[in-house]
Amino acid sequence: MSSHSAPTFKNPMVRWIDSRLPVFSYMHAEYGTFPMPKNLNYFWNFGALAMVVLVVMILTGIMLAMQYTAHIDYAFDSVERIMRDVNYGWLLRYVHMNGASMFFIVVYIHMFRGMYYGSYKQPRELLWLLGVVILVLMMGTAFMGYVLPWGQMSFWGATVITNLFSAIPIVGDSIVVWLWGGFSVDNPTLNRFFALHYLLPFVILGVVILHVIALHVTKSNNPDGIDVRGPQDTVPFHPYFTAKDSVGLGVFLMVFAFFVFFAPNYMGHPDNYIPADPLVTPAHIVPEWYFLGFYAILRSFTDDWWFFAWFMSWIMDAKLAGVLAMFGAIVVLALLPWLDTSKVRSCRYRPIQKWVIILFAVNFVVLSWVGGQAAEEPYVSIAQWSTLLYFFLLLVVVPVVGWIERPRPLPSSISEPVLKAGGGGMAGATAAKMEKS
Amino acid sequence: MADATQPGDGDEPKTERRDFLNYLAVATGAVGAGAFLWPVIHSMNPSRDVLALASTEVDLTPIEVGQAVTITWRGKPVFIRHRTEAEIADAQSVDVADLPDPQTDDERVQQAPWLVMVGICTHLGCVPLGQKPNDPKGEYGGWFCPCHGSHYDTSGRIRKGPAPLNLPVPGYEFTSDTSILIG
Ligand code: HEM
Ligand code: FES
Repeated sequence: MSSHSAPTFKNPMVRWIDSRLPVFSYMHAEYGTFPMPKNLNYFWNFGALAMVVLVVMILTGIMLAMQYTAHIDYAFDSVERIMRDVNYGWLLRYVHMNGASMFFIVVYIHMFRGMYYGSYKQPRELLWLLGVVILVLMMGTAFMGYVLPWGQMSFWGATVITNLFSAIPIVGDSIVVWLWGGFSVDNPTLNRFFALHYLLPFVILGVVILHVIALHVTKSNNPDGIDVRGPQDTVPFHPYFTAKDSVGLGVFLMVFAFFVFFAPNYMGHPDNYIPADPLVTPAHIVPEWYFLGFYAILRSFTDDWWFFAWFMSWIMDAKLAGVLAMFGAIVVLALLPWLDTSKVRSCRYRPIQKWVIILFAVNFVVLSWVGGQAAEEPYVSIAQWSTLLYFFLLLVVVPVVGWIERPRPLPSSISEPVLKAGGGGMAGATAAKMEKS
Repeated sequence: MADATQPGDGDEPKTERRDFLNYLAVATGAVGAGAFLWPVIHSMNPSRDVLALASTEVDLTPIEVGQAVTITWRGKPVFIRHRTEAEIADAQSVDVADLPDPQTDDERVQQAPWLVMVGICTHLGCVPLGQKPNDPKGEYGGWFCPCHGSHYDTSGRIRKGPAPLNLPVPGYEFTSDTSILIG
């Protein structure tokens, strides 16, 4: 199973290249013989899915960029031209548009997997941190991409979000003018957003590569959260995970295709098919669905909220508090490896933490739901309590549960429960029985 | 520090000429890189052509009493309202001490009938309603921001809702009795 068992290639061309630039040995070690825990379940598909979506986004994005015009007078029309006149332009755009949503669904599930099975814990802290960095970059990329078609939501979303920076004391207003390159969201803003929207996915790709390198050092965690003891606990990546990832990919592509072909605008907002008008604000500005959870946290901080009034109003205004909380929500995620005080990784063996993490996920769904509602009762109160719960769970409950919880006994090895569950065969034989605990 | 040219004589390493040169080289590099950073950052600030379009002249003659117009200045909506006697009286009678952002009406206008301000909600930048005759004007008869429910009075001052500040008054001057230059 050693990843250094260099294979001898039959093809002389391959051998010639490999002895000069060992790409084939590398692929063989990292994706051929690479040892994977044999008890992984389908949650472990989502990293590979995210990688596929990233490639799809870059590919469709480059094709769109060949047809798109980054100027306020032409951007909207150029996108409509892509939809009507460019050969398969509608397909490229719908794949790109829905691909962004798919990307976030996949990454959110991927992160939930990490939280539930304790993948962020020692020794995978850095791997988790790189993941949070990717999430932040994705958010920036998606936000700027959404501005490009220059519809009403593009314009007003950009206005509201860039205005957040004006909450920063003293330099806030200068920062906003600097971001805009003018005195409002305008042509210079659109141009730089296009440049950055083109750049950031490649930065993401770079961080993804680091993420995968870190993964291949620590190797995959698994649903039992215990360490691999030896070859009897693993199976080689190929063919076991090339096959399993392909199954997951097939299912995922069907879901993706369903949206692209049957409900391409379901996850978008109709107002973005109205050209941007700096003089008319749409009645109800909402960000894309994948930002709604964080948007709800931002909006929760109002002057009349008791929590703000008691604890924060004497140092900052509500706007700044909201902005800090929104960014703070991501910072606490990054701190999770150090907030969790338990030695046991997987929630399978953590009777309390299991419900904490499930509650956290449900709460995030609730936040995302209220974030899309109008800012009125009862939604405001729901958002405020959910915001408190978000931070309370991560900052207070998770550390305390780590101390007081009595974990269930861990299996002595990965293969033990697999064999007990009646997987049949000998150690190392059937790897595909992964659903049983 | 301890390198080949400096045999370890047991003493703690001293700062030698060579170290000084190293520091100097690194410092020069840092200053050079820093000096280039500013042009890179500053290039993203508003350019000269953007700044050149920064003022706008407006003819006030067509605006009747009680009417309002919206013009664009620096890409932002500017509200110009020709206020009625009642609106002016309303704006002046408010007890300034009770306002979230205390300002008298006099501080906000140059000539009482003409209220000129940037029509951008000080909360998160939406354009408040109230310019058109049948727009909602909020509880104080001025403007209402539909985004998160901010109410502004007939002097454009914030009275209720999440916005922290009054609608800002841009720099402008009367170039004649019937026209103003904004910016
Ligand atoms: C991390 C990967 C990416 C994400 C999450 C992303 C996200 C988005 C989103 C949400 C939109 C708005 C879609 C709409 O409403 O029409 C968009 C538009 C666009 N993106 Fe991307 N994008 C990514 C990568 C790229 C890349 C690599 C390029 C080009 C090299 C690109 C070029 C474009 C162009 C030209 C548009 C405007 C056309 C349109 O609106 O369909 N994107 N992107
Ligand atoms: S932007 Fe006007 S109330 Fe929020």
